[in-house]
Amino acid sequence: MSEPLVFHFDIDGNDFSAAGQASVQIKKSLRQLGLSPEIIRRVSIAMYEGEINMVIHASGGTADVKVFEDCIEIILADKGPGIKDIDMAMKEGYSTASDTTRSLGFGAGMGLPNMKRYTDDMKIESTVGVGTTVTMRINIA
Amino acid sequence: MTVNELSVECSFDAVCVPDGEREISGAYIGDLLSWVMGRANAGNVWITIMSNVNVIAVASLADVACVILAEGVSLDDELIKTATKKGVNVLKSDLPAFETAMKLSGKVL
Repeated sequence: MSEPLVFHFDIDGNDFSAAGQASVQIKKSLRQLGLSPEIIRRVSIAMYEGEINMVIHASGGTADVKVFEDCIEIILADKGPGIKDIDMAMKEGYSTASDTTRSLGFGAGMGLPNMKRYTDDMKIESTVGVGTTVTMRINIA
Repeated sequence: MTVNELSVECSFDAVCVPDGEREISGAYIGDLLSWVMGRANAGNVWITIMSNVNVIAVASLADVACVILAEGVSLDDELIKTATKKGVNVLKSDLPAFETAMKLSGKVL
């Protein structure tokens, strides 16, 4: 099997207006690769939600996207506070975001549920005080 | 129906329309961005009163056909540039979201 195409991004943690740059770049790159609009839409939304989460909760982090022949893998890693209760975090409507975040239209408690909704597989590894890594896979074949 | 046609037929002012021939199917109303990303479909009209830069990002990533800013909300010049660059169509309506949606009724479903 051929080597995957790899994209790496550093996510700036303090800038809501810049959040989404990695997702927008990935959207462009996937379009150039000729992937279907629906796949591109799922990847870019899942990644954008992850980016926003890292800005809201973790002062940024990194995003790595690997494009394999049969799937796309997105790995989002941060050194934020970690998630105390992953089951609660996965519930639609549960959020620990600040009022400032909410006033921008975020913090609805739909980020992680959306990431799960738009991907075929999602794994969250999180340790309180250490950080969180979310690995998502979207099948393309 | 295209975004250009909708703008004319419903008298929604064009804020920026870089892709006016985009076809519209259906609509979604909401101001919480993750709800929009979770529930709106590609090709929808998205009616909102939010007008920050994240709205442009969400519109682009969720691949909606156009945003309609309700309640007379508009975009500042910098955001108009961003939306144009990203190919995001933005119209505006002086009406509240419900009345704005009523004007779409029977046209975009």
